[in-house]
Amino acid sequence: MTYHDPVEPTCPLPKMPGDTVQLAHGGGGRLMQNLIRDVFVRSFGDPLSTHLHDGATWSVSEGTLAFTTDSYVVQPLCFPGGDIGSLAVHGTVNDLAMCGAHPLWLSAGFILEEGLSIAMLQRVVDSMAQAARDAGVSIVTGDTKVVDKGKGDGIFINTAGIGVVPAGVIIGPQRVRPGDAILVSGDLGSHGIAVLSMREGLDFAGNIVSDSAPLHRVVADLLAHNIEIHCLRDLTRGGLASALNEIATAAGVRMSVYERTIPVRDEIQGACEVLGLDPLFVANEGRFVAFIPEAHADQAVAIMRNHDVAKAAMRIGGVIGHESGAVVLKTILGTHRILDLLSGEQLPRIC
Amino acid sequence: MKYVDEFRDRDHAETLAKAITAMATKPWTIMEVCGGQTHSIVRFCLDELLPKTVKLVHGPGCPVCVTPVALIDQAIRLASIPRVTLCTFGDMLRVPGSHQDLFAAKAGGGDVRIIYSPLDALRLAQSLPDREIVCFAVGFETTAPAFAMAVQQAQNMGLQNFSLLVAHVLVPPAMEAMLSAPGCRVQGFLAAGHVCTVMGYEEYEPLAARYRVPIVVTGFEPVDILEGVLMVVTQLEEGRSVVENQYARSVHRLGNRQAQSLVADVFEPASRTWRGIGAIPLSGLTLNLSYARFDAAQRFQENLMDCDTEGIDDSACQSGLILQGLRKPNDCEAFGTRCTPERPLGAPMVSSEGACAAYYRYRGQAMHKK
Repeated sequence: MTYHDPVEPTCPLPKMPGDTVQLAHGGGGRLMQNLIRDVFVRSFGDPLSTHLHDGATWSVSEGTLAFTTDSYVVQPLCFPGGDIGSLAVHGTVNDLAMCGAHPLWLSAGFILEEGLSIAMLQRVVDSMAQAARDAGVSIVTGDTKVVDKGKGDGIFINTAGIGVVPAGVIIGPQRVRPGDAILVSGDLGSHGIAVLSMREGLDFAGNIVSDSAPLHRVVADLLAHNIEIHCLRDLTRGGLASALNEIATAAGVRMSVYERTIPVRDEIQGACEVLGLDPLFVANEGRFVAFIPEAHADQAVAIMRNHDVAKAAMRIGGVIGHESGAVVLKTILGTHRILDLLSGEQLPRIC
Repeated sequence: MKYVDEFRDRDHAETLAKAITAMATKPWTIMEVCGGQTHSIVRFCLDELLPKTVKLVHGPGCPVCVTPVALIDQAIRLASIPRVTLCTFGDMLRVPGSHQDLFAAKAGGGDVRIIYSPLDALRLAQSLPDREIVCFAVGFETTAPAFAMAVQQAQNMGLQNFSLLVAHVLVPPAMEAMLSAPGCRVQGFLAAGHVCTVMGYEEYEPLAARYRVPIVVTGFEPVDILEGVLMVVTQLEEGRSVVENQYARSVHRLGNRQAQSLVADVFEPASRTWRGIGAIPLSGLTLNLSYARFDAAQRFQENLMDCDTEGIDDSACQSGLILQGLRKPNDCEAFGTRCTPERPLGAPMVSSEGACAAYYRYRGQAMHKK
């Protein structure tokens, strides 16, 4: 090769990256730099002025930090009411909110499948940036890897989040006790059914839209009104039933919930009836359960209902004893049964 | 929600329960045939509302549970063929075959896909012309018309890559087998509403007359089931044994003639082994000669040649007794201990219509053992 040879230094990579993700986009070279600059930094900015250094740094003040991480592998990538990008922000923001934390910073790790369209990636990243702005959090560090075609599912995202818990706030299953009221922040099952019906091409009447939303402002409002919050849990995989069982076991308490008071919209109930699914086990991405002392329960419901994301908040039961870690459901007929954990995923039935 | 709320009405349910209590002067044993009814009974704890004199026993109406091990083994074998995509309803995935289940076959690299309707599999066959799409045709008379329609459409479209592994079973021959067995203690039946929506209930009339047993076609909601029980108890107390229809909002005596003619065009009755129960003459369906080329068992004969024709069932599983109402799930020694949904010994623990699954799910750890 002579000085005059017109060979690009990036050869044998294609001169134009085209409109799909290629393995070289994760290879550490120019294509990767371009992707970071054109897609990620363009959308997320560089809020801590890290100048694309290996990590983000910031000063800490006094207080308690909350730290969480979650990975997102939803299919389809875009669904009514959200996409994997907004979900990856809401999910991690909500995990922080359930600790009573004010969410501040997120990391974003992407695993991209070769062949993914750049337009889809841009759409997801833009949506993620918008969700972060809406939630008042900054995405301050990130990573991208590309895997061979067929070894991923378009986009996988991991987000980790850091938030600050106000002084004196302790929220966790260890504080749950007999006499606590159990509140849910809204109607159940929309996210799971929206994603399932989109993925499987089920044409349910009415538009079922995911409930994916940030919840930290509702929690902050409860704390601002001096509501004593004993425990919070977002109702993601496994739904309300799994969250109640996890907390009952961790706290060693018995709970009673009333089927009649659990909010489930008609179209969700209908879809679940058709598919043989139980809405109490269906995933939500913008709903939580709260354990609040009886004396604060009614006020807490009223505060929650002031927020759009919790306007269907309901009191659904209470903690009734110290034994056994069981959840008892009083059915709509007035009979009683156990609301147990599922053994695996709910599978649609035969007929 | 319309068509649900009114049939889950607490006042109506309590009124019916009181009427049953007032009507039942003697102990009666009633079998609900369908697993969907069993789940409703256990989910809403309807037995809490019934008097001690009226005992409900659970019947064989779980198609997943009665699908013979040998057919599950065949489905697993088909899924392992590289060019085959096996389509199945979701609740077949966890049912144990001789050595593994379809989940394990999927994890082992088999292309196993959950479908919601046989027509989903047909669409897949159109979109993947290079693959063989085999659909596991499981179910009672309820699902048979949709599979028949899929086969007819495949024929009309000239699809060469679509076939069925047929495991269809029929309700009346099974009821007759139970009634004619020595030691049968079932005195009245709640017949399966959805099966009768397709087939009507004319074919149950000779059974009711011959075995002097009341049969009430019944729906699936709590009020339906309590009303069905009241109708059976009333007949028993009055010494009558006829077929009555509680589920009139869905079922007519002659059923859905169009669906029946679809089934008759594509399938013909055949003897079938019921898992845990044994062979029952003419209790299943098979593709008839005109549609034999859609039969996966024939198309893949060479691949299936060394599959055991019987299959190996876990001898500790008492599914046969459970499915004939001779035992309750929590009477079984293995229930909740050696047999759980995570490690099932038999199908009733994992099918969405299985009685053991219903007891495990709705009665919880504390009640897993009596």
